[in-house]
Amino acid sequence: MNAVITVVGHDKVGIIAKVSTLLYESNINILDLSQTIMQGNFTMVMLVDVSGANKSFKEISEALVELGKEIELTIRIQREEIFDAMHTI
Amino acid sequence: MIDQKDIFATIDMIEQQHLDIRTVTMGVSLLDCCDEDTDKACGRIYDKICSYAGNLVRTCEDIESEFGIPIVNKRISVTPIALVAGPSKTEDYVPFAKALDRAAAECGVDFIGGYSALVQKGMTKADEKLIRSIPEALSETAIVCSSINVGSTKAGINMDAVALMGRIIKETAAKTADGFGCAKLVVFCNAVEDNPFMAGAFHGPGEAERVINVGVSGPGVVYHSLQSVKGESFDVVAETIKKTAFRITRMGQLVALEASKRLDTPFGIVDLSLAPTPAKGDSVARILEEMGLEVCGTHGTTAALALLNDAVKKGGVMASSSVGGLSGAFIPVSEDEGMIAAARSGVLDIDKLEAMTCVCSVGLDMIAVPGDTKAETISAIIADEAAIGMVNSKTTAVRIIPVPGKGVGETIELGGLLGSAPIMPVHGESSESFVRRGGRIPAPIQSLKN
Repeated sequence: MNAVITVVGHDKVGIIAKVSTLLYESNINILDLSQTIMQGNFTMVMLVDVSGANKSFKEISEALVELGKEIELTIRIQREEIFDAMHTI
Repeated sequence: MIDQKDIFATIDMIEQQHLDIRTVTMGVSLLDCCDEDTDKACGRIYDKICSYAGNLVRTCEDIESEFGIPIVNKRISVTPIALVAGPSKTEDYVPFAKALDRAAAECGVDFIGGYSALVQKGMTKADEKLIRSIPEALSETAIVCSSINVGSTKAGINMDAVALMGRIIKETAAKTADGFGCAKLVVFCNAVEDNPFMAGAFHGPGEAERVINVGVSGPGVVYHSLQSVKGESFDVVAETIKKTAFRITRMGQLVALEASKRLDTPFGIVDLSLAPTPAKGDSVARILEEMGLEVCGTHGTTAALALLNDAVKKGGVMASSSVGGLSGAFIPVSEDEGMIAAARSGVLDIDKLEAMTCVCSVGLDMIAVPGDTKAETISAIIADEAAIGMVNSKTTAVRIIPVPGKGVGETIELGGLLGSAPIMPVHGESSESFVRRGGRIPAPIQSLKN
Protein backbone atom coordinates (compact mmCIF):
# COMPACT_ATOMS: atom_id res chain seq x y z
CA MET A 1 0.00 0.00 0.00
CA ASN A 2 1.45 3.34 -1.07
CA ALA A 3 1.02 6.62 0.74
CA VAL A 4 1.99 10.22 0.11
CA ILE A 5 3.83 12.18 2.79
CA THR A 6 3.79 15.97 2.46
CA VAL A 7 6.02 18.25 4.47
CA VAL A 8 5.44 22.02 4.42
CA GLY A 9 7.08 24.86 6.36
CA HIS A 10 10.21 26.98 6.76
CA ASP A 11 13.37 25.43 5.35
CA LYS A 12 15.96 24.31 7.88
CA VAL A 13 18.79 21.84 8.34
CA GLY A 14 17.95 18.16 8.70
CA ILE A 15 14.30 17.91 7.55
CA ILE A 16 14.90 15.01 5.17
CA ALA A 17 17.20 13.32 7.68
CA LYS A 18 14.63 13.44 10.45
CA VAL A 19 11.68 12.33 8.33
CA SER A 20 13.62 9.53 6.66
CA THR A 21 15.01 8.33 10.00
CA LEU A 22 11.47 7.98 11.31
CA LEU A 23 10.50 6.09 8.16
CA TYR A 24 13.59 3.85 8.40
CA GLU A 25 12.76 3.00 12.00
CA SER A 26 9.20 2.14 10.94
CA ASN A 27 10.45 -0.05 8.08
CA ILE A 28 8.81 2.15 5.45
CA ASN A 29 10.42 2.22 2.01
CA ILE A 30 10.72 5.56 0.17
CA LEU A 31 9.77 5.08 -3.51
CA ASP A 32 10.08 8.63 -4.76
CA LEU A 33 10.89 12.02 -3.34
CA SER A 34 10.75 15.58 -4.59
CA GLN A 35 11.28 18.89 -2.89
CA THR A 36 10.87 22.48 -3.91
CA ILE A 37 10.30 25.98 -2.57
CA MET A 38 6.67 27.03 -3.22
CA GLN A 39 5.66 30.60 -2.33
CA GLY A 40 8.60 30.86 0.06
CA ASN A 41 7.73 27.59 1.76
CA PHE A 42 9.77 24.42 1.81
CA THR A 43 7.63 21.63 0.42
CA MET A 44 8.57 18.01 0.18
CA VAL A 45 6.50 15.20 -1.25
CA MET A 46 7.43 11.58 -0.65
CA LEU A 47 5.83 8.50 -2.11
CA VAL A 48 6.30 5.64 0.33
CA ASP A 49 5.37 1.97 0.58
CA VAL A 50 3.86 1.23 3.99
CA SER A 51 2.99 -2.41 3.38
CA GLY A 52 6.06 -3.66 5.29
CA ALA A 53 5.71 -1.15 8.12
CA ASN A 54 6.15 -2.34 11.69
CA LYS A 55 3.46 0.09 12.95
CA SER A 56 -0.18 0.69 12.09
CA PHE A 57 -1.08 3.51 9.70
CA LYS A 58 -2.53 5.49 12.58
CA GLU A 59 0.65 5.17 14.63
CA ILE A 60 2.79 6.26 11.66
CA SER A 61 0.49 9.23 11.09
CA GLU A 62 0.65 10.26 14.75
CA ALA A 63 4.43 9.89 14.84
CA LEU A 64 4.77 12.11 11.76
CA VAL A 65 2.44 14.76 13.19
CA GLU A 66 4.47 14.67 16.42
CA LEU A 67 7.73 15.05 14.49
CA GLY A 68 6.14 17.94 12.59
CA LYS A 69 5.37 19.73 15.85
CA GLU A 70 8.92 19.15 17.07
CA ILE A 71 10.59 20.65 13.99
CA GLU A 72 7.79 23.24 13.38
CA LEU A 73 6.62 21.87 10.04
CA THR A 74 3.29 20.46 8.88
CA ILE A 75 3.65 16.78 8.04
CA ARG A 76 0.79 14.67 6.71
CA ILE A 77 0.50 11.13 5.43
CA GLN A 78 -2.41 10.10 3.22
CA ARG A 79 -3.02 7.01 1.15
CA GLU A 80 -2.13 7.53 -2.49
CA GLU A 81 -5.56 6.51 -3.80
CA ILE A 82 -7.24 9.76 -2.75
CA PHE A 83 -5.00 11.80 -5.08
CA ASP A 84 -5.35 9.27 -7.89
CA ALA A 85 -9.12 9.30 -7.57
CA MET A 86 -9.42 13.06 -7.67
CA HIS A 87 -6.93 13.87 -10.39
CA THR A 88 -6.83 10.97 -12.83
CA ILE A 89 -9.57 9.34 -14.86
CA MET B 1 4.46 10.12 -8.88
CA ILE B 2 1.29 12.23 -8.91
CA ASP B 3 1.84 15.87 -9.79
CA GLN B 4 2.81 17.93 -6.72
CA LYS B 5 0.32 20.63 -7.71
CA ASP B 6 -2.50 18.07 -7.66
CA ILE B 7 -1.43 16.79 -4.26
CA PHE B 8 -1.47 20.26 -2.76
CA ALA B 9 -4.71 21.13 -4.56
CA THR B 10 -6.38 18.21 -2.74
CA ILE B 11 -4.88 19.23 0.60
CA ASP B 12 -6.05 22.84 0.05
CA MET B 13 -9.57 21.63 -0.78
CA ILE B 14 -9.71 19.69 2.49
CA GLU B 15 -8.02 22.20 4.76
CA GLN B 16 -9.00 25.56 3.28
CA GLN B 17 -12.19 24.91 1.32
CA HIS B 18 -14.07 22.62 3.74
CA LEU B 19 -14.05 19.56 1.46
CA ASP B 20 -15.32 16.59 3.39
CA ILE B 21 -17.48 13.50 3.24
CA ARG B 22 -20.68 14.79 4.78
CA THR B 23 -22.00 11.40 5.77
CA VAL B 24 -21.45 7.68 5.63
CA THR B 25 -24.87 6.20 6.31
CA MET B 26 -25.50 2.50 6.90
CA GLY B 27 -28.96 1.41 5.88
CA VAL B 28 -30.30 -1.52 7.92
CA SER B 29 -33.45 -3.50 7.16
CA LEU B 30 -35.58 -4.13 10.25
CA LEU B 31 -38.30 -6.05 8.43
CA ASP B 32 -37.40 -9.24 10.29
CA CYS B 33 -37.71 -7.58 13.71
CA CYS B 34 -41.53 -7.50 13.78
CA ASP B 35 -43.28 -9.12 16.73
CA GLU B 36 -46.71 -8.99 18.35
CA ASP B 37 -44.90 -8.20 21.59
CA THR B 38 -43.51 -4.64 21.52
CA ASP B 39 -40.68 -5.38 23.95
CA LYS B 40 -39.49 -8.32 21.86
CA ALA B 41 -39.66 -6.25 18.66
CA CYS B 42 -37.71 -3.39 20.28
CA GLY B 43 -35.12 -5.83 21.61
CA ARG B 44 -34.60 -7.30 18.16
CA ILE B 45 -34.31 -3.81 16.65
CA TYR B 46 -31.65 -2.82 19.19
CA ASP B 47 -29.67 -6.02 18.74
CA LYS B 48 -29.77 -5.96 14.96
CA ILE B 49 -28.67 -2.34 14.64
CA CYS B 50 -25.83 -2.86 17.13
CA SER B 51 -24.63 -6.03 15.42
CA TYR B 52 -24.60 -4.45 11.94
CA ALA B 53 -23.45 -0.93 12.74
CA GLY B 54 -21.33 -1.51 15.84
CA ASN B 55 -18.11 -0.96 13.88
CA LEU B 56 -19.38 1.84 11.64
CA VAL B 57 -17.89 4.76 13.56
CA ARG B 58 -14.50 3.13 14.21
CA THR B 59 -14.21 2.07 10.56
CA CYS B 60 -15.03 5.58 9.36
CA GLU B 61 -12.45 7.05 11.75
CA ASP B 62 -9.79 4.69 10.34
CA ILE B 63 -10.68 5.79 6.80
CA GLU B 64 -10.53 9.45 7.86
CA SER B 65 -7.09 8.94 9.30
CA GLU B 66 -5.68 6.98 6.34
CA PHE B 67 -7.05 9.15 3.56
CA GLY B 68 -6.82 12.43 5.44
CA ILE B 69 -10.40 13.33 4.60
CA PRO B 70 -12.90 14.20 7.34
CA ILE B 71 -16.11 12.16 7.50
CA VAL B 72 -18.33 14.63 9.32
CA ASN B 73 -21.29 12.39 10.15
CA LYS B 74 -21.72 8.69 10.66
CA ARG B 75 -25.37 7.71 10.53
CA ILE B 76 -27.80 4.83 10.42
CA SER B 77 -31.03 4.62 8.46
CA VAL B 78 -33.63 1.92 9.07
CA THR B 79 -36.79 0.51 7.54
CA PRO B 80 -39.73 2.91 8.07
CA ILE B 81 -40.83 2.04 11.60
CA ALA B 82 -44.53 2.08 10.67
CA LEU B 83 -43.82 -1.10 8.65
CA VAL B 84 -41.93 -2.73 11.52
CA ALA B 85 -44.25 -1.72 14.37
CA GLY B 86 -47.46 -2.64 12.54
CA PRO B 87 -47.75 -6.23 13.85
CA SER B 88 -47.11 -5.19 17.48
CA LYS B 89 -50.23 -5.08 19.63
CA THR B 90 -49.79 -1.60 21.03
CA GLU B 91 -51.15 1.90 20.63
CA ASP B 92 -47.86 3.46 21.75
CA TYR B 93 -44.99 3.54 19.27
CA VAL B 94 -42.66 5.72 21.35
CA PRO B 95 -40.76 2.62 22.69
CA PHE B 96 -39.66 1.96 19.09
CA ALA B 97 -38.16 5.46 18.87
CA LYS B 98 -36.41 4.90 22.20
CA ALA B 99 -34.98 1.57 20.99
CA LEU B 100 -33.57 3.34 17.92
CA ASP B 101 -32.12 6.08 20.13
CA ARG B 102 -30.43 3.59 22.45
CA ALA B 103 -29.00 1.57 19.56
CA ALA B 104 -27.68 4.72 17.85
CA ALA B 105 -26.06 5.91 21.09
CA GLU B 106 -24.46 2.48 21.60
CA CYS B 107 -23.03 2.59 18.05
CA GLY B 108 -21.81 6.18 18.59
CA VAL B 109 -23.42 7.59 15.44
CA ASP B 110 -24.60 11.18 15.02
CA PHE B 111 -28.17 10.45 13.91
CA ILE B 112 -30.50 7.57 13.17
CA GLY B 113 -33.29 8.03 10.62
CA GLY B 114 -36.35 5.98 9.84
CA TYR B 115 -39.02 6.86 12.37
CA SER B 116 -41.04 7.12 9.22
CA ALA B 117 -44.20 6.28 7.34
CA LEU B 118 -45.03 6.28 3.63
CA VAL B 119 -48.60 7.54 3.31
CA GLN B 120 -48.76 9.09 -0.14
CA LYS B 121 -51.91 7.19 -1.07
CA GLY B 122 -53.40 6.46 2.32
CA MET B 123 -52.65 5.72 5.94
CA THR B 124 -52.70 2.29 7.58
CA LYS B 125 -53.53 2.10 11.28
CA ALA B 126 -49.81 1.71 11.97
CA ASP B 127 -48.96 4.76 9.84
CA GLU B 128 -51.44 6.89 11.74
CA LYS B 129 -50.26 5.64 15.14
CA LEU B 130 -46.68 6.44 14.18
CA ILE B 131 -47.50 9.93 12.92
CA ARG B 132 -49.50 10.79 16.04
CA SER B 133 -46.57 9.63 18.22
CA ILE B 134 -44.00 11.85 16.50
CA PRO B 135 -44.16 14.84 18.92
CA GLU B 136 -43.59 12.61 21.93
CA ALA B 137 -41.05 10.39 20.16
CA LEU B 138 -38.91 13.35 19.06
CA SER B 139 -39.12 15.07 22.43
CA GLU B 140 -38.10 11.94 24.32
CA THR B 141 -35.21 10.88 22.12
CA ALA B 142 -31.97 12.69 21.28
CA ILE B 143 -30.86 11.64 17.81
CA VAL B 144 -33.84 9.94 16.17
CA CYS B 145 -35.05 11.55 12.93
CA SER B 146 -38.51 11.20 11.46
CA SER B 147 -39.84 11.56 7.93
CA ILE B 148 -43.27 11.19 6.38
CA ASN B 149 -43.92 10.85 2.66
CA VAL B 150 -47.27 12.51 1.89
CA GLY B 151 -47.26 12.55 -1.89
CA SER B 152 -45.80 11.16 -5.10
CA THR B 153 -46.07 11.69 -8.82
CA LYS B 154 -47.67 8.27 -9.10
CA ALA B 155 -50.17 8.58 -6.23
CA GLY B 156 -50.94 12.28 -5.90
CA ILE B 157 -51.00 14.11 -2.58
CA ASN B 158 -52.66 12.69 0.52
CA MET B 159 -54.24 15.90 1.85
CA ASP B 160 -55.51 14.21 5.03
CA ALA B 161 -51.89 13.41 5.88
CA VAL B 162 -50.84 16.93 4.90
CA ALA B 163 -53.45 18.39 7.26
CA LEU B 164 -52.34 16.06 10.04
CA MET B 165 -48.65 16.89 9.57
CA GLY B 166 -49.34 20.62 10.01
CA ARG B 167 -50.73 19.84 13.46
CA ILE B 168 -47.96 17.35 14.27
CA ILE B 169 -45.27 19.92 13.41
CA LYS B 170 -46.92 22.46 15.73
CA GLU B 171 -47.16 19.89 18.54
CA THR B 172 -43.55 18.82 18.05
CA ALA B 173 -42.43 22.45 18.22
CA ALA B 174 -44.40 22.97 21.44
CA LYS B 175 -42.81 19.93 23.12
CA THR B 176 -39.15 20.81 22.44
CA ALA B 177 -37.04 23.88 23.33
CA ASP B 178 -37.17 26.50 20.55
CA GLY B 179 -39.06 23.95 18.46
CA PHE B 180 -35.84 21.97 18.02
CA GLY B 181 -37.73 18.69 17.48
CA CYS B 182 -38.90 20.03 14.11
CA ALA B 183 -35.28 20.06 12.89
CA LYS B 184 -35.50 16.25 13.09
CA LEU B 185 -38.78 15.99 11.17
CA VAL B 186 -39.24 16.26 7.42
CA VAL B 187 -42.31 15.90 5.20
CA PHE B 188 -41.61 14.56 1.71
CA CYS B 189 -43.14 14.20 -1.70
CA ASN B 190 -41.44 11.51 -3.82
CA ALA B 191 -39.16 10.44 -0.95
CA VAL B 192 -36.19 8.34 -2.05
CA GLU B 193 -35.33 5.02 -0.41
CA ASP B 194 -31.55 5.44 -0.36
CA ASN B 195 -31.09 8.98 0.94
CA PRO B 196 -28.06 9.19 3.28
CA PHE B 197 -28.91 12.69 4.55
CA MET B 198 -30.90 13.59 7.64
CA ALA B 199 -33.54 14.21 8.70
CA GLY B 200 -35.03 12.34 5.76
CA ALA B 201 -32.94 9.16 5.61
CA PHE B 202 -34.74 5.84 5.82
CA HIS B 203 -33.91 2.38 4.47
CA GLY B 204 -36.64 1.75 1.90
CA PRO B 205 -38.51 -1.55 1.72
CA GLY B 206 -37.01 -2.13 -1.73
CA GLU B 207 -33.46 -2.02 -0.36
CA ALA B 208 -31.11 -4.87 0.56
CA GLU B 209 -30.49 -6.30 4.03
CA ARG B 210 -27.90 -3.62 4.67
CA VAL B 211 -26.11 -1.08 2.57
CA ILE B 212 -23.58 1.77 2.69
CA ASN B 213 -24.65 5.10 1.19
CA VAL B 214 -22.36 8.11 1.10
CA GLY B 215 -23.15 11.81 0.85
CA VAL B 216 -20.41 14.12 -0.36
CA SER B 217 -20.11 17.83 0.21
CA GLY B 218 -18.07 20.66 -1.22
CA PRO B 219 -19.80 24.03 -1.70
CA GLY B 220 -16.53 25.67 -0.60
CA VAL B 221 -14.59 23.91 -3.35
CA VAL B 222 -17.11 24.94 -6.03
CA TYR B 223 -17.09 28.53 -4.73
CA HIS B 224 -13.30 28.61 -4.84
CA SER B 225 -13.17 27.22 -8.37
CA LEU B 226 -15.64 29.86 -9.60
CA GLN B 227 -13.44 32.62 -8.24
CA SER B 228 -10.94 31.70 -10.94
CA VAL B 229 -13.47 32.32 -13.77
CA LYS B 230 -14.82 35.74 -12.76
CA GLY B 231 -16.68 37.48 -15.61
CA GLU B 232 -16.55 34.45 -17.92
CA SER B 233 -19.68 33.19 -19.71
CA PHE B 234 -22.09 30.67 -18.20
CA ASP B 235 -20.66 27.98 -20.47
CA VAL B 236 -17.35 28.36 -18.66
CA VAL B 237 -19.11 28.48 -15.27
CA ALA B 238 -20.95 25.21 -16.00
CA GLU B 239 -17.77 23.48 -17.19
CA THR B 240 -15.86 24.63 -14.10
CA ILE B 241 -18.56 23.32 -11.74
CA LYS B 242 -18.72 20.01 -13.61
CA LYS B 243 -14.99 19.42 -13.28
CA THR B 244 -15.07 20.26 -9.58
CA ALA B 245 -18.10 18.03 -8.95
CA PHE B 246 -16.31 15.19 -10.72
CA ARG B 247 -13.34 15.43 -8.34
CA ILE B 248 -15.51 15.69 -5.24
CA THR B 249 -17.59 12.69 -6.26
CA ARG B 250 -14.57 10.54 -7.10
CA MET B 251 -13.43 11.04 -3.55
CA GLY B 252 -16.89 10.09 -2.30
CA GLN B 253 -16.87 6.95 -4.41
CA LEU B 254 -13.43 5.97 -3.09
CA VAL B 255 -14.56 6.36 0.53
CA ALA B 256 -17.85 4.55 -0.16
CA LEU B 257 -16.07 1.53 -1.66
CA GLU B 258 -13.52 1.44 1.15
CA ALA B 259 -16.23 1.62 3.85
CA SER B 260 -18.26 -1.02 2.03
CA LYS B 261 -15.26 -3.39 1.86
CA ARG B 262 -14.23 -2.92 5.49
CA LEU B 263 -17.75 -3.28 6.86
CA ASP B 264 -18.54 -6.20 4.57
CA THR B 265 -21.66 -4.34 3.49
CA PRO B 266 -22.72 -3.75 -0.14
CA PHE B 267 -22.11 -0.28 -1.55
CA GLY B 268 -25.40 1.43 -2.37
CA ILE B 269 -25.04 4.90 -3.80
CA VAL B 270 -23.11 8.14 -3.71
CA ASP B 271 -25.42 11.10 -3.21
CA LEU B 272 -24.14 14.02 -5.29
CA SER B 273 -25.63 16.73 -3.13
CA LEU B 274 -23.78 19.95 -2.44
CA ALA B 275 -24.48 20.19 1.28
CA PRO B 276 -23.53 23.49 2.93
CA THR B 277 -22.58 24.15 6.56
CA PRO B 278 -22.87 27.31 8.64
CA ALA B 279 -19.07 27.77 8.35
CA LYS B 280 -17.86 30.74 6.33
CA GLY B 281 -16.77 29.59 2.86
CA ASP B 282 -18.99 26.49 2.78
CA SER B 283 -22.18 28.07 1.46
CA VAL B 284 -24.37 27.34 -1.56
CA ALA B 285 -25.76 30.91 -1.40
CA ARG B 286 -22.24 32.33 -1.81
CA ILE B 287 -21.77 30.21 -4.98
CA LEU B 288 -24.90 31.81 -6.46
CA GLU B 289 -23.63 35.25 -5.45
CA GLU B 290 -20.25 34.48 -7.02
CA MET B 291 -22.12 34.04 -10.32
CA GLY B 292 -22.97 37.74 -10.14
CA LEU B 293 -25.92 38.21 -7.79
CA GLU B 294 -25.61 40.92 -5.16
CA VAL B 295 -27.56 38.88 -2.60
CA CYS B 296 -28.95 35.35 -2.85
CA GLY B 297 -32.70 35.66 -3.34
CA THR B 298 -32.65 38.54 -5.80
CA HIS B 299 -33.84 38.12 -9.42
CA GLY B 300 -31.66 35.59 -11.21
CA THR B 301 -31.23 33.32 -8.18
CA THR B 302 -33.44 30.53 -9.54
CA ALA B 303 -31.56 30.48 -12.84
CA ALA B 304 -28.19 30.44 -11.08
CA LEU B 305 -29.32 27.56 -8.87
CA ALA B 306 -30.66 25.62 -11.87
CA LEU B 307 -27.27 25.86 -13.56
CA LEU B 308 -25.43 24.85 -10.38
CA ASN B 309 -27.70 21.88 -9.70
CA ASP B 310 -27.45 20.56 -13.25
CA ALA B 311 -23.68 20.99 -13.51
CA VAL B 312 -23.12 19.19 -10.18
CA LYS B 313 -25.10 16.19 -11.45
CA LYS B 314 -23.39 16.13 -14.85
CA GLY B 315 -19.95 16.32 -13.26
CA GLY B 316 -20.71 13.79 -10.58
CA VAL B 317 -22.54 11.14 -12.53
CA MET B 318 -19.46 9.89 -14.38
CA ALA B 319 -17.42 9.78 -11.19
CA SER B 320 -19.56 7.19 -9.43
CA SER B 321 -20.69 3.73 -10.40
CA SER B 322 -24.03 4.29 -8.71
CA VAL B 323 -25.60 7.67 -8.05
CA GLY B 324 -28.74 8.03 -5.97
CA GLY B 325 -30.25 9.65 -2.93
CA LEU B 326 -31.28 13.24 -3.41
CA SER B 327 -28.34 14.33 -5.60
CA GLY B 328 -28.58 18.07 -6.07
CA ALA B 329 -27.76 21.33 -4.32
CA PHE B 330 -29.29 21.74 -0.87
CA ILE B 331 -30.67 25.07 0.29
CA PRO B 332 -31.22 24.64 4.04
CA VAL B 333 -31.53 28.19 5.34
CA SER B 334 -30.18 27.73 8.88
CA GLU B 335 -27.30 25.52 7.74
CA ASP B 336 -25.88 27.91 5.14
CA GLU B 337 -24.01 31.04 6.18
CA GLY B 338 -24.96 32.93 2.99
CA MET B 339 -28.62 31.88 3.19
CA ILE B 340 -28.79 33.05 6.82
CA ALA B 341 -27.40 36.46 5.81
CA ALA B 342 -29.76 36.71 2.80
CA ALA B 343 -32.79 35.78 4.93
CA ARG B 344 -31.77 38.28 7.63
CA SER B 345 -31.51 41.05 5.03
CA GLY B 346 -35.05 40.25 3.88
CA VAL B 347 -33.98 39.61 0.27
CA LEU B 348 -34.52 35.85 0.57
CA ASP B 349 -38.09 35.03 1.55
CA ILE B 350 -40.17 31.86 1.64
CA ASP B 351 -41.76 32.56 -1.75
CA LYS B 352 -38.36 32.84 -3.44
CA LEU B 353 -37.16 29.71 -1.65
CA GLU B 354 -40.21 27.88 -2.96
CA ALA B 355 -39.33 28.95 -6.50
CA MET B 356 -35.76 27.77 -5.95
CA THR B 357 -36.98 24.34 -4.87
CA CYS B 358 -38.40 23.82 -8.37
CA VAL B 359 -34.87 23.49 -9.73
CA CYS B 360 -32.85 21.84 -6.97
CA SER B 361 -33.04 19.27 -4.23
CA VAL B 362 -34.80 19.25 -1.92
CA GLY B 363 -37.23 21.82 -0.65
CA LEU B 364 -38.08 24.30 2.05
CA ASP B 365 -35.42 23.16 4.46
CA MET B 366 -34.59 24.36 7.96
CA ILE B 367 -36.84 27.38 7.86
CA ALA B 368 -37.91 29.01 11.11
CA VAL B 369 -41.30 30.74 11.11
CA PRO B 370 -43.20 32.61 13.85
CA GLY B 371 -44.55 30.47 16.68
CA ASP B 372 -48.09 31.71 16.08
CA THR B 373 -48.13 30.34 12.51
CA LYS B 374 -51.31 28.28 12.20
CA ALA B 375 -51.13 24.51 11.64
CA GLU B 376 -53.24 24.97 8.49
CA THR B 377 -50.72 27.48 7.11
CA ILE B 378 -47.92 24.94 7.64
CA SER B 379 -50.07 22.29 5.93
CA ALA B 380 -50.64 24.64 2.99
CA ILE B 381 -46.88 25.26 2.71
CA ILE B 382 -46.39 21.45 2.66
CA ALA B 383 -49.11 21.12 -0.01
CA ASP B 384 -47.40 23.73 -2.22
CA GLU B 385 -44.05 21.97 -1.96
CA ALA B 386 -45.59 18.54 -2.52
CA ALA B 387 -47.32 19.88 -5.64
CA ILE B 388 -43.99 21.06 -7.05
CA GLY B 389 -42.50 17.62 -6.42
CA MET B 390 -45.50 15.74 -7.75
CA VAL B 391 -45.82 17.67 -11.02
CA ASN B 392 -42.08 17.82 -11.72
CA SER B 393 -41.40 14.17 -10.80
CA LYS B 394 -38.80 15.17 -8.26
CA THR B 395 -38.28 14.95 -4.52
CA THR B 396 -39.42 17.94 -2.50
CA ALA B 397 -39.60 18.33 1.24
CA VAL B 398 -40.53 20.66 4.05
CA ARG B 399 -38.57 20.94 7.28
CA ILE B 400 -40.06 23.93 9.05
CA ILE B 401 -39.79 25.13 12.65
CA PRO B 402 -42.62 27.24 14.09
CA VAL B 403 -40.64 28.63 17.01
CA PRO B 404 -42.84 28.90 20.12
CA GLY B 405 -43.10 32.41 21.51
CA LYS B 406 -40.89 33.99 18.88
CA GLY B 407 -41.60 36.23 15.90
CA VAL B 408 -40.16 37.67 12.70
CA GLY B 409 -36.74 39.28 13.19
CA GLU B 410 -35.68 36.99 16.03
CA THR B 411 -33.17 34.16 15.55
CA ILE B 412 -32.88 30.71 17.04
CA GLU B 413 -29.58 28.96 17.61
CA LEU B 414 -29.79 25.27 16.75
CA GLY B 415 -26.11 24.54 17.24
CA GLY B 416 -23.55 22.54 15.27
CA LEU B 417 -24.26 21.80 11.63
CA LEU B 418 -27.90 22.86 12.08
CA GLY B 419 -26.73 26.47 12.45
CA SER B 420 -28.95 29.41 13.33
CA ALA B 421 -32.28 30.34 11.79
CA PRO B 422 -33.65 33.85 11.39
CA ILE B 423 -37.43 33.68 11.77
CA MET B 424 -39.02 34.39 8.39
CA PRO B 425 -42.48 35.80 7.76
CA VAL B 426 -45.29 33.70 6.28
CA HIS B 427 -48.44 35.01 4.60
CA GLY B 428 -51.06 35.91 7.19
CA GLU B 429 -54.04 35.21 4.93
CA SER B 430 -55.83 32.00 5.86
CA SER B 431 -55.57 28.65 4.06
CA GLU B 432 -57.83 26.93 6.59
CA SER B 433 -60.78 26.12 4.34
CA PHE B 434 -58.40 24.79 1.69
CA VAL B 435 -56.63 22.43 4.07
CA ARG B 436 -59.86 21.30 5.77
CA ARG B 437 -61.23 19.80 2.53
CA GLY B 438 -59.10 16.67 3.01
CA GLY B 439 -59.07 13.80 0.51
CA ARG B 440 -56.47 13.37 -2.17
CA ILE B 441 -55.13 15.69 -4.87
CA PRO B 442 -55.11 13.28 -7.84
CA ALA B 443 -51.88 12.24 -9.51
CA PRO B 444 -51.06 14.41 -12.52
CA ILE B 445 -51.53 13.16 -16.08
CA GLN B 446 -47.76 12.67 -16.45
CA SER B 447 -48.01 9.82 -13.92
CA LEU B 448 -49.69 7.69 -16.62
CA LYS B 449 -46.54 6.50 -18.31
CA ASN B 450 -47.26 2.82 -18.85
